Amino acid sequence: MANLPLHTQFPSIQALRETLRSGELSAVELARSALEAIEAQSQLNAFLHVDAELTLAQASQADAALKSGEAPSLAGIPIAHKDVFVTRGWRTTAASRMLENYVSPFDATVVSRLAGAGAVSLGKLNCDEFAMGSGNETSYFGPVLNPWDHSRVPGGSSGGSAAAVAAGLVMAATGTDTGGSIRQPSAFCGLSGIKPTYGTVSRFGMIAYGSSLDQAGPIARHARDLLELLEPMVGFDPMDSTSLESCDGKANNAQRIRSNFDAALASQQQKGERPLDGLRIGVPREYFNGGLSPDVAQAVEQALRTFEELGAVRVEISLPRTELSIPAYYVIAPAEASTNLSRFDGVRFGHRTAQYGDLEEMTSRSRFEGFGPEVRRRILAGTYVLCHGYYDAYYLQAQRVRRMITTDFQQAFSEHCDVIMGPVSPNVARQIGDNREDPLADWLSDIYTLSVSLAGLPAMSVPCGFSAEPKLPIGLQIIGNYFAEGELLAIADCFQQATDWHQRTPGQQ
Amino acid sequence: MDWEIVIGLETHVQLSTESKIFSNSSTRFGAAPNTQASVVDLALPGTLPVMNYGAVERAIVFGLAIGAHVAPFSKFERKNYFYPDLPKNYQISQLEIPVVQGGSLRFFVGDEEKTINLTRAHLEEDAGKSLHENFTGPHGESSTGIDLNRAGTPLLEIVTEPELRSAAEAVAYARTLHALVVWLGICDGNMQEGSFRVDANVSVRPRGQKEFGTRCEIKNVNSFRFLERAILFEARRQIELIEDGGTVVQETRLYDADRDETRSMRSKEDAHDYRYFPDPDLPPLVIAPEWIERIRAAMPELPSQKRQRFEEELGLTAYDAAQLTMDRATSDYFEEVAAALPQGQAKLGANWILGELAATLNREERELADCPVRPEQLAALIQRIIDGTISNKIARDVFAAMWAGEENGNPDAIIEARGLKQISDSGAISTMIDEVLAANPAIVEEYRAGRQKAFNSLVGQVMKAAKGKANPQQVNQLLKEKLDA
Repeated sequence: MANLPLHTQFPSIQALRETLRSGELSAVELARSALEAIEAQSQLNAFLHVDAELTLAQASQADAALKSGEAPSLAGIPIAHKDVFVTRGWRTTAASRMLENYVSPFDATVVSRLAGAGAVSLGKLNCDEFAMGSGNETSYFGPVLNPWDHSRVPGGSSGGSAAAVAAGLVMAATGTDTGGSIRQPSAFCGLSGIKPTYGTVSRFGMIAYGSSLDQAGPIARHARDLLELLEPMVGFDPMDSTSLESCDGKANNAQRIRSNFDAALASQQQKGERPLDGLRIGVPREYFNGGLSPDVAQAVEQALRTFEELGAVRVEISLPRTELSIPAYYVIAPAEASTNLSRFDGVRFGHRTAQYGDLEEMTSRSRFEGFGPEVRRRILAGTYVLCHGYYDAYYLQAQRVRRMITTDFQQAFSEHCDVIMGPVSPNVARQIGDNREDPLADWLSDIYTLSVSLAGLPAMSVPCGFSAEPKLPIGLQIIGNYFAEGELLAIADCFQQATDWHQRTPGQQ
Repeated sequence: MDWEIVIGLETHVQLSTESKIFSNSSTRFGAAPNTQASVVDLALPGTLPVMNYGAVERAIVFGLAIGAHVAPFSKFERKNYFYPDLPKNYQISQLEIPVVQGGSLRFFVGDEEKTINLTRAHLEEDAGKSLHENFTGPHGESSTGIDLNRAGTPLLEIVTEPELRSAAEAVAYARTLHALVVWLGICDGNMQEGSFRVDANVSVRPRGQKEFGTRCEIKNVNSFRFLERAILFEARRQIELIEDGGTVVQETRLYDADRDETRSMRSKEDAHDYRYFPDPDLPPLVIAPEWIERIRAAMPELPSQKRQRFEEELGLTAYDAAQLTMDRATSDYFEEVAAALPQGQAKLGANWILGELAATLNREERELADCPVRPEQLAALIQRIIDGTISNKIARDVFAAMWAGEENGNPDAIIEARGLKQISDSGAISTMIDEVLAANPAIVEEYRAGRQKAFNSLVGQVMKAAKGKANPQQVNQLLKEKLDA
């Protein structure tokens, strides 16, 4: 088998599964081929840690399962993990010098559940350092190139995940989303991504950035593949106290999402020509203000028309606190990060400075050397807002705003609409290095994704077009009410039956 | 000037759970360094805390025991400061809404009963230990060792109002609190191992002044004796400072037992900004009323309840009742003795336990748990006093024999074997008196001359003749009759 990108051979995980089960192709052959492709595409810098031995061991296990006829759903499917999920075999660095040589003694719950579902991990994916960034440029190990245009960022922080899937190196990848880190790189790389409801996927083994916001999710080409990944990922985990045992009375498990998806699909089928008949799409007028680029506005508008053709109705809504989500997020996330990252002190693990006089110097030098500028910036900001005398003005105020934003969404869902749609990012992928002198520019570009994270809602990014010149992918954001993952995926699937944006691949747009 | 000392105590009580407050590693004391530190205790990347509800249950037990409000909703905060033996570099604690709010505790200072109001009790995790002295690294260099076995051990921090007014009061409260948490089974009470550590906030003010003086906090005192000495030293230091024209600076101090003094550790200016904020890894602690009721139903009878019952139903003095309820072993022992005695005689049992038994245990340096005299044996001995078989004085000898294991500790067998049965036959006593009177005419003369002392001397002679076994009341009565006849 040639080192062709996977997506040119297998349109979906389902198709690949059938090939694997037919015996035409073994998981080991597939894994070898993917490892070669990763090597061949190393200039993308998507992978940080590859270990052929570990990967092939998983692949041969999958082959054994496939042979026995009792293979789990993802047996042999090549995936990879964002490097903030700790793994027993591969190093886990969070793309930081701080953890350059760190190997975890245990697997993250997400990692072990996907392994349990038979998925074969090709390794660990580059990302922004400790998931802090929107362009994958804060990685200690260098930027990731966007497979659509190597001079551009793939988005962030799950940039390596998006680049690896877009380049066809894996069928899907895990990502984490704290303020848009799954949705925005998915949009920049022409992929589909979903950030599930906060609490549905375990955070155990996920290196924490903003604990009250962090949520893991998959990046893949389309909604059906996302569903394949999401099913084993969700579920209550007793190791994570914020993980949910039940979602609106239903057990938090794969079945909930699958049955919601199936029910939504069945309802679409009943409606024939207008499968989304009656679906009310809320379109927040605040999402189409000045900062939005014309290309993105046009692509989103086009997507909304497609939805109308599919039977949905468009309802203009207002989410008045959208702009406030930026300051609120950049108080809360750094506040949490500043103490989450306190454990990196050079005492028990991670980078320790070579020279120090006393304990205090050891800690401060180790941290200064181990963390990059963006991480230091957020730790400083977070430390500041938690200080005595500033806490009320910043942290408490931000929490108040967070509650108001949550209320705004709840009001929209209870009174006006079933889902909310809009852009993922105001622009397409920017040039690598563009915002180096102006870190705030990246912070501001998170405007459409932050409020969803603050409210803990599930949201997707699906490809919906390209910019005119240069031709770069644009994403549509679909936001659902709590626990609406199944419905969201069904709506995205319906859109993807009617469009082919998700089938475009780099080099052939 | 007349000074008043004002003291408030903060006590860290290590809760007796098998595993740590946020992880499943063992809390047992004394294991090899770092063998009881899990990935969570080490704060490895990706780890998260999971509440040990055993620790919450113990906090509820304590709250119910002191009549406090058990908060149906409380929160955990992160207390941020860098220290190498604090693996996350923040401690998970409760600041804004503690699990136990208010409550009070009654205790005795001598035989005076006091009540102290408690402010709060909150759950938190302990840190590990740093070994700075005599520790060398892998290459023999002088180094700091970190042992994280204790990291994550559940603590209940119990805070009083500043209502204590002397070192003796502070110690009496601390002892009563210690006795209570051990009684409740929520703490092993082992002070050498750090299971019960006291911080004392001490200030002084001229008697009559309403405002508090500036306080100093003395950290981590782990014995009652040191607590008393630390407070006495600190109060004297503050008084002398003020009388010499100085002012007390708010600071944290350490008590040095070897030098018997407190020393400044850090001043208020050096104090950390702990940057407390709600821990996003832990949802609020919700305690359902049903849970509280379930715990209430399973609570042991509290020392205060027992004390009241001992006073009201068994007729003990408040002081004796308090003494007998200092620990569960003593009160259980007493109840067994009292149950075996005739109604109305429990007081005698109390006297024996707090007198002869306590003195002997003390002399022999033994705990009640290894007392060789069983409660029913002590009751049988007391029974022989009540029925006049032996006198109190003889009973003490029998008790010593029981303690030594004579006749398997059976008092009747000892009385029989040693021939200690009291002589209550008035004929025999009368004969002995006659012999004594005949042999001591001079003393009889003195008595007749009006000297009362002579009477006592004659009683002594009779008792001596009877080898102590004559019934003393009968001796008194008969002797008087004969002399005054």
